[in-house]
Amino acid sequence: MVFEIFRQEKKGQPFVHAGSVEAPDAAFADAWAREQYGRRGESEALWLVPRASIHAITEWADEFDLKYRRVDGYSIKERLRIARERAGVTPPVDS
Amino acid sequence: MNARASLLLSTADDELILGWRDSEWTGIAPTLEEDVAFSSIAQNEIGHARALYELAAQELETDADALAFDRDPGEYRCAPLVELHLLEWAHTIARRYLYEEADRVRIEALMRSDDTELAGLAAKIDREETYHRLHAELWAARLAEEPRFRSAVEELWPYALGVLGPELRGELARRVGL
Repeated sequence: MVFEIFRQEKKGQPFVHAGSVEAPDAAFADAWAREQYGRRGESEALWLVPRASIHAITEWADEFDLKYRRVDGYSIKERLRIARERAGVTPPVDS
Repeated sequence: MNARASLLLSTADDELILGWRDSEWTGIAPTLEEDVAFSSIAQNEIGHARALYELAAQELETDADALAFDRDPGEYRCAPLVELHLLEWAHTIARRYLYEEADRVRIEALMRSDDTELAGLAAKIDREETYHRLHAELWAARLAEEPRFRSAVEELWPYALGVLGPELRGELARRVGL
C-alpha cells in the first residue's frame, strides 16, 4: 500500500505533502515514515494517509464563462476609463 | 579491569560492531524504506557505543576513540552474535530481533542499577531503543510463519544467549519463548 506523507515544519503551520512510503500496513508505514521523514528531527509532526483514502478532484465543469467569479475577471482599468469619459473628468496623474 | 569497565566495554563493543554490521545493508536492503531504517538504526547503535565508551574511558583513563578503534582484535569483548557477517535477510532480521530482546533485558537491568551514571545512560538508550524494538517486532511478526525465519531464529538462539551474563539468560528465554 502507498501512504502519502504530509509534514508539518513548525507548530501551527499547515501540513504539506512531502512524499510517500510504500508499506504492507499502517504499522510498517509508521516505522518507515519516522525514518524517511523524521530521522533528522526535521518535522514537528507527520500525517500518514493511505492513498486509497485520498479522494482526488481533477475535472471541472466548464460550460459557461465564469471568469466574473475571479478578481481578474473584470478589467477595472478599462471600466474606469469609460466612466471618466462619460463624466468628462480628467484622470489623476498617476492612473 | 574492574567489573564496571568490563560491562561498559562489552556493551559498547556489541553496539559498535552490530552498528557496523547493520550499516552493511546500506544500498542493498530489500526496499528503500528498509535501507533508510537500517542506516538509522546503525547510526543510533554507534551513538550508544560512543556514550558507553566515554564512560569506560573515564574508568580506564584513556579516551573513547582509543577504545573504539585502537585495541587489538582479541581485546574486543563483543558477543559472537554481533560479529556474524549476515547478508541474508531472514538471518539479519532474526539477529535484529534476538539482539533487541537480549539488549532490552540488559538495559532494564542497568536501569535498575544503583550506579546512577550508568542507570541514567541506560534510560536514555532505552528511549531511543523503542524504535529499534518496534522495527524488529514488526518484522518478526510478519515473518513468524516463514520457515527460513524460524530456522534462522533457532540457529542464532545460542548466540543470543551469549549476549547476556548467566544471571539474565533465563529472563531472555522466558521472553523469547525458546
